[in-house]
Amino acid sequence: MSDLFIRNARPYDDDAVDLVVRDGVITEIGSGLEAPDGVETLDAEGRVLLPGLVDLHVHLREPGGEESETVETGSRAAALGGFTAVFAMPNTAPVADTDVVTAHVRRRGAEVGLVDVHPVGAVTVGLRGEKLAELGTMATTAGVRMFSDDGHCVNDPLVMRRALEYASALDVVIAQHAEDHRLTQGAQANEGVVASRLGLAGWPATAEETIVARDCALAREAGARLHVCHVSSARTVEVLRSAKAAGVTVSAEVTPHHLLLTDAALTSYDPVNKVNPPLRTAADTQAMRAALAEGVIDVVATDHAPHAAQYKDTEWQAARPGMLGLQTALSVVVHTMVEPGLLDWHGVARVMSERPAEIAGLPDQGRPIAVGEPANLVLVDPEEPWTVRGAALASLSSNTPYEGMRLPAVVVATVLRGRVTARDGRVVERTTA
Amino acid sequence: MKHLLTVTDLDAATATALLDTSDRLRQALLGREVRKLPTLRGRTVITMFYEDSTRTRVSFEIAGKWMSADTVNVSAKGSSVSKGESLRDTSLTLSAMGADCVIVRHPASGAAHRLAAWADKDRESTGTHTSIVNAGDGTHEHPTQALLDAATLRDRLGSVAGRRIGIVGDVLHSRVARSNVFLLATLGAEVVLIAPPTLLPVGVAEWPCRVSHEIDAELPGLDAVMMLRVQAERMTGGFFPSSREYAVAYGLSDARAAMLPEHGVVLHPGPMVRGMEIAPSVADSARAAILAQVRNGVHVRMAVLYHLLAGAPE
Repeated sequence: MSDLFIRNARPYDDDAVDLVVRDGVITEIGSGLEAPDGVETLDAEGRVLLPGLVDLHVHLREPGGEESETVETGSRAAALGGFTAVFAMPNTAPVADTDVVTAHVRRRGAEVGLVDVHPVGAVTVGLRGEKLAELGTMATTAGVRMFSDDGHCVNDPLVMRRALEYASALDVVIAQHAEDHRLTQGAQANEGVVASRLGLAGWPATAEETIVARDCALAREAGARLHVCHVSSARTVEVLRSAKAAGVTVSAEVTPHHLLLTDAALTSYDPVNKVNPPLRTAADTQAMRAALAEGVIDVVATDHAPHAAQYKDTEWQAARPGMLGLQTALSVVVHTMVEPGLLDWHGVARVMSERPAEIAGLPDQGRPIAVGEPANLVLVDPEEPWTVRGAALASLSSNTPYEGMRLPAVVVATVLRGRVTARDGRVVERTTA
Repeated sequence: MKHLLTVTDLDAATATALLDTSDRLRQALLGREVRKLPTLRGRTVITMFYEDSTRTRVSFEIAGKWMSADTVNVSAKGSSVSKGESLRDTSLTLSAMGADCVIVRHPASGAAHRLAAWADKDRESTGTHTSIVNAGDGTHEHPTQALLDAATLRDRLGSVAGRRIGIVGDVLHSRVARSNVFLLATLGAEVVLIAPPTLLPVGVAEWPCRVSHEIDAELPGLDAVMMLRVQAERMTGGFFPSSREYAVAYGLSDARAAMLPEHGVVLHPGPMVRGMEIAPSVADSARAAILAQVRNGVHVRMAVLYHLLAGAPE
């Protein structure tokens, strides 16, 4: 727990204030406050202050995929991207389908100490979609709050039904990767004009839409909480809208890349643009933005998916799906949502911090910037543009689809319980003192 | 022209120039005792085939040899490929050995594009210059097939512009169909795709062609009909109920061939499944230009190598 004095920051772009942080908690907010003696001062120079960002969907690749990312490198990327909590998906080797692996991931995150790393447990053993993993044991002994077979859909309706029913008693959320495998066999790209021209087998939006519709019906019957990962299609938004109107406890996320990029990028066949679900049409990105502004889609989650060059610099078909997201997420949200006036900074705080923390049941993240609240914060310069360079990102991999792109908004500082974890584009190492 | 990856790279003038070169090369070889032109002496042309192929690989090899290039054939079997070497490493290795041109066939759509991107990057750092020719990539394109089809149509019909060409069968999985639709449209032909809805790609409405499910209604108005091979494995995917039903609905029988106008030409990219998409008697009839396609294939590929390695002639 740390002390910190933040001078001249504008919470949610509102009026400038000074903040005193004691033992990781905001103890005083006001204007013209004096810096307490011997306390580190962060001069915000009138920049925007938000609650620390919370990402419900990252792949940190540890254990088993350390050539692509580790908990440490992923944590560095998270801190630099303004995140104070991330949820690490279980598709590791071994799969995080036991309390042993999930506890290991949490411990590695704590050892690195740059961001709260919350393990997501697998819904089914080995992500095979057949037999429920020990959800109860993971929830009680490893504190797992979210379960997902991400990368795979829990395709069998009976298995999904049982998972939702079982989870309802544990008050945990099941996050579904909505993709009917039967409809996406061999799929390589969004089914549509671009994929047809390029000769890439299509991933139809109906494969997402039908699973979401089915799962909403199942969740309603089970009285369970359902979270839909990476919504990508306009029609899925309509399914979510009607389910929410009917009182289903369903939440949904959209990735930054589905807010910004379209399948038009595929014509070069550069697999940096290969991702699952695939980049869709311009109409879909517009629908994603509108749904996020409206709240039908609750949150932005990165689906940060590092892949070492040997898994990406191949022919399209052989390349693994996924793209980096942690260090570019806020900028893409500012570009796609704030600049066009779809979200203000309160809205950014809602979709990137408050609502994700609520969905995952985190008591100490996504909190208001107020006295008595934990000092998990991010300071943003909304004016400053920057040029994305994959090689300069903190991830072990460099598979960013935004290479060379100029984006707005720079993370000036990230604060985790009063400790500055990133400052001016550099990670602040924990001092042993 | 640096690479030949897709027919979209060819505008009408460039495509026509390639066809003209092909004609000139055919004339130049006519009646020669030694069928060899010295044009590409000292140049190294490598065919790299990751799929079984007889006609295309041999056609490229003969084209290279008749142009006096040194041709080397690499097949996926028995090379480093079977040891798990990446496509990138294999292609850079061949570039490093001094390949002036790599002709690639690969089951992944876009493989030739990737090779070209790696070759161009390699060129920046090492100064090597390797041209890539797409000899068929997945279900994407087969540009030299479309060029040889256009050459054959030009021979038989006098011109491509203004002609109506039907393409029948498995358009969804056909790289030949994709290359033909876009090249024929560039050259001013009217293209009609004839197939059941399950064998047409989503978004085909955006292509420069018309779509029909009724072959009998179309045949009398076609100047040429191109029958696509129906791959047996498609049947297991449930794209159509049975080979019998397919043959009845879309096969080019004698009766159907007779519905074509008198000058109507029958094309097939091969290999044919006789009795499935085309009746043997039609394949062997005077209308069929199937062997002319094969002959033109060599000349068109000579023209492509010529334009890539020696520069387009004045």
